[in-house]
Amino acid sequence: MDVLIDERLHIDTPEGARLTLSLAGPLPRGMAYGIDLMIRALILVMVATPLMLLGRGGSGLYLLLLFLLEWFYPVLFEVFRQGRTPGKAVMGLAVVHGNGAPVGFSGSLVRNLLRTADLFPFAYLTGFIVMLVSSRQQRLGDLAADTLVIHVPAPQARPAPGDGGGEPPDWPLNRDDQLVLLAFHDRGQRLSEERQRELARLAYPELADEAALARLRRVVNHVLGAA
Amino acid sequence: MRQSQFEQRYQPQWHRLEQGLTALEKKQRPKKVDLARFTGDYQDLCHQLALSRERGYSLVLQDYLNDLMLRAHRQLYRHRAPLMPGLAAFLRGGFPRAVRAMWRWHLISALAFVLSAGVVAAMILHDPELVHTVVDGNGISDLENMYHPDLRDSSDRNRADDLMMFGYYIYNNIGIAFRTFAGGLLFGIGALVVMLFNGSFLGAAAAHLTLVGAGQPFYTFVIAHGAPELTAIVLAGGAGLRLGWSLVAPGSWRRVDALRRAARETLPVMYGVFLLLVLAAMIEAFWSSRELDAQIKYTVGGISWALLYFYLLFAGRHGSE
Repeated sequence: MDVLIDERLHIDTPEGARLTLSLAGPLPRGMAYGIDLMIRALILVMVATPLMLLGRGGSGLYLLLLFLLEWFYPVLFEVFRQGRTPGKAVMGLAVVHGNGAPVGFSGSLVRNLLRTADLFPFAYLTGFIVMLVSSRQQRLGDLAADTLVIHVPAPQARPAPGDGGGEPPDWPLNRDDQLVLLAFHDRGQRLSEERQRELARLAYPELADEAALARLRRVVNHVLGAA
Repeated sequence: MRQSQFEQRYQPQWHRLEQGLTALEKKQRPKKVDLARFTGDYQDLCHQLALSRERGYSLVLQDYLNDLMLRAHRQLYRHRAPLMPGLAAFLRGGFPRAVRAMWRWHLISALAFVLSAGVVAAMILHDPELVHTVVDGNGISDLENMYHPDLRDSSDRNRADDLMMFGYYIYNNIGIAFRTFAGGLLFGIGALVVMLFNGSFLGAAAAHLTLVGAGQPFYTFVIAHGAPELTAIVLAGGAGLRLGWSLVAPGSWRRVDALRRAARETLPVMYGVFLLLVLAAMIEAFWSSRELDAQIKYTVGGISWALLYFYLLFAGRHGSE
């Protein structure tokens, strides 16, 4: 087992494949919680006025709603919206079981009932410390329910191979070199032309910048197998 | 095989998988989308992800395949048990069995509650001034206003008040029970403190109201809903203690695993606590507040205690799991 301190968690699925999850830390989770808190407050404010008009019966309904929002808002969203409360959806987070499967009703209920223990003594101090100590960024409720909060990234577009033909590299290519070249291809579009030339100069110091970049692109195309 | 050939070759399969996933994530009916090849595509995808890592294809491609696999995994292993049959079996025997399976913890919790109530009540009956050490001035006048025959004004109580009190009982009592349970996680201390505190308060209220001559209205009010309400609080305390003890003395388990096991065992109790408190809130709001002959109130209250304990002690003993 590797001892890298990493926010990535590798899970071996029943299919014998290795799935990589990226765990969410306190900051995005705290922000998701803040968003949920605002949504809940907004619902209460919107509902409060009409219910007050109903008199004392209305305040009974208000208290019922307060109860549901406090205890079951996260549970219902996590169970019926693929592990995501609205705040988590905004932050691109989701709750899953420790084996990567979606969280069920019991798991979600445990982690949300035990929230009170994480809140102790104030502002999620216990939960925060437990998350820092935990190897999988879990608060107490997560530990008891065996749940994780992970990043569910938005789908990323894969860049198309460039044109201009290919050219085999003039050195024996190993796997690391290949990954570097492919990373250059993937991220190249996000870099300025100057930066790309700078990087190409590292690959071909003997050539002029323009020529080096053109040659590097042809080699990348070759590695991709596009030409 | 070079990366772009690889991508070209399997792209259609990935697209098909993505379409299925989008439909599943939006919860469309399975009829509308063709999922016949979903599992096959998923298994191929697992293989392709492993290949792309082994062959050193670009990280963007690896991440794309990993994300796709994660989404598919989340759909494939989604588990949703039908609620209603589970609920029926739970009420028929699952709940009382779960309670009996950890009766020691409930006994400790009950003792903490009953003993603190008894000791505080005895102290106040002995020296009435001691009530001020447990309940503050506002609390005492609230209690007297609620139960004293001369101070109480219940003539204008109506349906709306009942509904308001129902909401209040749900919000307050279930909140307390859930917090008691979670408080148990702090090595059992939180749960124990809640039990002692609530026991003391109940003892003080009963003793004080008896001394000021409001005993009868108080007892007739609490006896019926007291059965599910006090029992539920005691059960929540017991479940919390069980949870905390798993951290103090995990036995041959790792602490995390002991905690998980305890959570799994106590969760049915908490489902039951929730149902008991909803029942208690209904009785409290719509029955206990009725002005009826004390005899009737005591009879109904006695039946309510007897039924509940008969259920908890004997239901589900002879039956399949």
